[in-house]
Amino acid sequence: MSTTTTSSGVPVHTIGTATRVRYWLADRFAMISAVLVLLYLFLPVAYTFVFSFNNYTKSNIAWNPEGSPTLKHWLNPCGPPGICTALGNSIKIGLLATIIATVIGTMLAFALVRHRFRGRAAGNMLVFVPMATPEIVLGASLLTIFVQGFSKVGLQLGFWTILIAHVMFCVSFVVVTVKARLQSMDPRLEEAAMDLYADGSTTFRRVTFPLVLPGILSAAMLSFSLSFDDFIITNFVSGDTNTFPKFVYVSYLRGIPAQANVIGFSLFLIAVLLVVGAQVIGSIRAKA
Amino acid sequence: MSALSALGSATAPRPAGDTARAVGGRKITPFLLLLPGVAWLILFFIIPMVQLFTVSLQSNFPGYPGYYYRDVNFGNYWRAWTEFAPHFGRSLLFAGIATFLAFLLAYPLAYAMAFKAGRWRNVMIIAVIAPFFTSFILRTVAWRQILADNGFIASTLNRANLLPGGHITETWVAVVAGLTYNFLPFMVLPIYASLERADARVIEAGGDLYANGFTTFRTVTLPMSMPGVLAGTLLTFIPAAGDYVNAELLGSDKSTKMVGNVIESQFFRVLDGFPTAAALSFTLMAIILALVFVYVRKFGTEDLL
Amino acid sequence: MGIFSKTDASFREAKGDLVLENVTKRFGDFAAVDDLSLVVPRGSFFALLGPSGCGKTTTLRMVAGLEQPTSGRILIGDTDLTGSRPYQRPVNTVFQSYALFPHLNVRDNVAFGPKRRGVPNAMALADEALKLVEMDHLAARKPALMSGGQQQRVAVARALVNQPEVLLLDEPLGALDLKLRRQMQVELKRIQTDVGLTFIHVTHDQEEAMTMADTVAVMNAGRIEQMGSPARLYDLPSTAFVANFLGQANMLDVTVEGSDGDWLVLKKGPKTLRALKRRAAVQAGRVAYGVRPEKLVLHETEPTDIPRNHNVAGPGTLVDVSFSGVSTQYIVDVPGMATASVFEQNLDVEPVSARPGDQVWLTWDEGHAFVVGGGEHLTDGVVIEDTP
Repeated sequence: MSTTTTSSGVPVHTIGTATRVRYWLADRFAMISAVLVLLYLFLPVAYTFVFSFNNYTKSNIAWNPEGSPTLKHWLNPCGPPGICTALGNSIKIGLLATIIATVIGTMLAFALVRHRFRGRAAGNMLVFVPMATPEIVLGASLLTIFVQGFSKVGLQLGFWTILIAHVMFCVSFVVVTVKARLQSMDPRLEEAAMDLYADGSTTFRRVTFPLVLPGILSAAMLSFSLSFDDFIITNFVSGDTNTFPKFVYVSYLRGIPAQANVIGFSLFLIAVLLVVGAQVIGSIRAKA
Repeated sequence: MSALSALGSATAPRPAGDTARAVGGRKITPFLLLLPGVAWLILFFIIPMVQLFTVSLQSNFPGYPGYYYRDVNFGNYWRAWTEFAPHFGRSLLFAGIATFLAFLLAYPLAYAMAFKAGRWRNVMIIAVIAPFFTSFILRTVAWRQILADNGFIASTLNRANLLPGGHITETWVAVVAGLTYNFLPFMVLPIYASLERADARVIEAGGDLYANGFTTFRTVTLPMSMPGVLAGTLLTFIPAAGDYVNAELLGSDKSTKMVGNVIESQFFRVLDGFPTAAALSFTLMAIILALVFVYVRKFGTEDLL
Repeated sequence: MGIFSKTDASFREAKGDLVLENVTKRFGDFAAVDDLSLVVPRGSFFALLGPSGCGKTTTLRMVAGLEQPTSGRILIGDTDLTGSRPYQRPVNTVFQSYALFPHLNVRDNVAFGPKRRGVPNAMALADEALKLVEMDHLAARKPALMSGGQQQRVAVARALVNQPEVLLLDEPLGALDLKLRRQMQVELKRIQTDVGLTFIHVTHDQEEAMTMADTVAVMNAGRIEQMGSPARLYDLPSTAFVANFLGQANMLDVTVEGSDGDWLVLKKGPKTLRALKRRAAVQAGRVAYGVRPEKLVLHETEPTDIPRNHNVAGPGTLVDVSFSGVSTQYIVDVPGMATASVFEQNLDVEPVSARPGDQVWLTWDEGHAFVVGGGEHLTDGVVIEDTP
């Protein structure tokens, strides 16, 4: 604080500049650190983007100033053998796993929230424990059962085992997401519907389902991202089949082709556009 | 309260009380609804875990490497404990440090998103989740290049003589940094979700009652966000403890191997390794569950889900 | 929409008075509603009044079908509705939290009921109902973007549009500010008179119940304490609970001494009091003697000419004076008797001359007093006012 005097000579205390700066920084501290952390989060993404234009000769580690930036990787994204098969597998498994997990997970969520039955607590536990189990343990256990058990019925490690595993770990996340949405729904709304002549199934169709739908959709999105990006469990149960993350990991020793950067960054862009688009549509609809 | 409800909807209304009564449910409906999910989880989670447990007790078939017979051989566990104790220690240590660092980085971000973001809030949520859409492997590999010896960061630190070993990669620092980075969103979102639900006026009341900025944070805001902090630390620590990719890509072959790496190599590269790997897996699970139990008991009994 | 089974149609055709016959609702050991019987005449405005937890909302929900009674019957006219589902009954509810469907706009909310019943011109009916509550200009808006008062009107329209035999209102005005609440009270009364439906209004606000209803039933702990017109309940309560819950009452713990023709003679210490026998619910033993605050007259000097059948208490000390525009409330402490509350209409524009600390006397017409069961029940129903 500094002291000045007014025109009549009375001393007046005002806040000094140093303190003012301190307050300004303190107020902004959260926002400043937030932006810094966000930059930190994006750093590898930016790196991936930049190196997708690198004109490398042997491996895409050092920036080769000669001939860079180049568009040749972008123009030939499926160049490296197997990369687009792997990508295709990731997408197919992702979509299938999402559909299956979302359906059975939503059913499970409804049962756990809306119905009272013995063993409900056990049901909740059954859903929660896989989320608390390290991926490596999940992968290991599935590997043993596929090799020592299911192989007897002819199940080979590959596309279908990956799918089964993905559905398994996605179900828990779907249940939790849909449960949260269901529980935050005002129970009076369904009573109001019944009061207004809607029977059980009509109430579900016209009131409950539309209100839970956002939760189901975000559970589906979450499911797809978890499945698409999964590496550890996939690595354990995939045998010879490749998904995109596995392809990248496996090619790490020989050198990851820049096309992986291209595909990776494009997926990022598509996903961001989808999410932003969904938000925009959502807010337009809310105003309507 | 979970992170995922933050993903559910930014406009989800607050909980209207405890779980709803059965709305016109007949007796058979819950079982039909439960059947597919429960069946899937029993077939592909419970049974595999049981199988893994029996494998952990199996013994190697003498003379036939790669084949095992059913046994009750607790020797596998003994081996797991003694031979690989340093790996367990490293996993828990690295995961613990990474969780703590993630907390330090995540909290200001979550705080800013909840209270200071205004119109930018949704953009920030997307910004937190978006990097996830580039493959986890690609991002970790990117860190390896960024932290490489000839990269900007390592060479600057080297010139300033701040780097004792001469490099960042192939040290535990890089591994921890990778772990912190990869699980950061899992820490941010639950904390954000519980801060967003908090009543901002309670925090104002702190200031009104003579607590300065930091004191208000310590005595009011932080306790109110505890459920989110709890969920976030669990969602970060548990996967980090079992991770092996970060150690594989960012660490060295000698000094930074975590339990995950050992389990992976015992399964895929070491002959006769299945029982050991299985024993290691269960030991890891047991340790994690024990820690989680103690932690949840100490810091909160709220339902995480 | 929906297949109209024969039972559906017959339930929905029910017409007549609403009758509750020995209705009990238990939750475990706890009886929320205990052997309740009442008849609500068709077309009347009925209020169910009581403190929180008295069972009034549970009763309402049983009429709606959202809860089923543990025992007893619920009928409309000759039709026994017990056991039927809410969507089968010609009963609609206006919920306390409005429960408007957030994913539908106002018009679709109101048209919901008619559409479910398969009525052909549902949208037109919805528009008419909205016009009745003066919300037609907001028909395309979503509920989340509206104020509490607006949502409440929409909730009323959504129920009214179905022309139910019985319309149930569950504390619908609780969340509104005072002015708006008063306005809606008048509105609802007007609508009920215009449309002629049976309204059952559940509330804990006794003033609201008295101004709006033709008949009021005061509920306490799952039972009806007294039922009748607001005036009757107010001026001749039959229990201390009703006396204390409706408005304010000055209650004295007294003993019956004897009788004198039409009058009951009671004693509090050395003081003798009288009340008309026909205004005494209990006529022997330890009872409570009650006088409403507006029936007491404050005197700043000792009254000399006391009319026949009037009594005097005092001297007492004036403890508090509160000016509230229409009236002035005095609190007077009369040693050996009570701390009495007195309401005086402000008939003059001169400021009130009495000051706290003054010595004052109270007189009243003993014909205005009532006697109810006393003793430990003296303070039953005393409500601690929530500030609005």
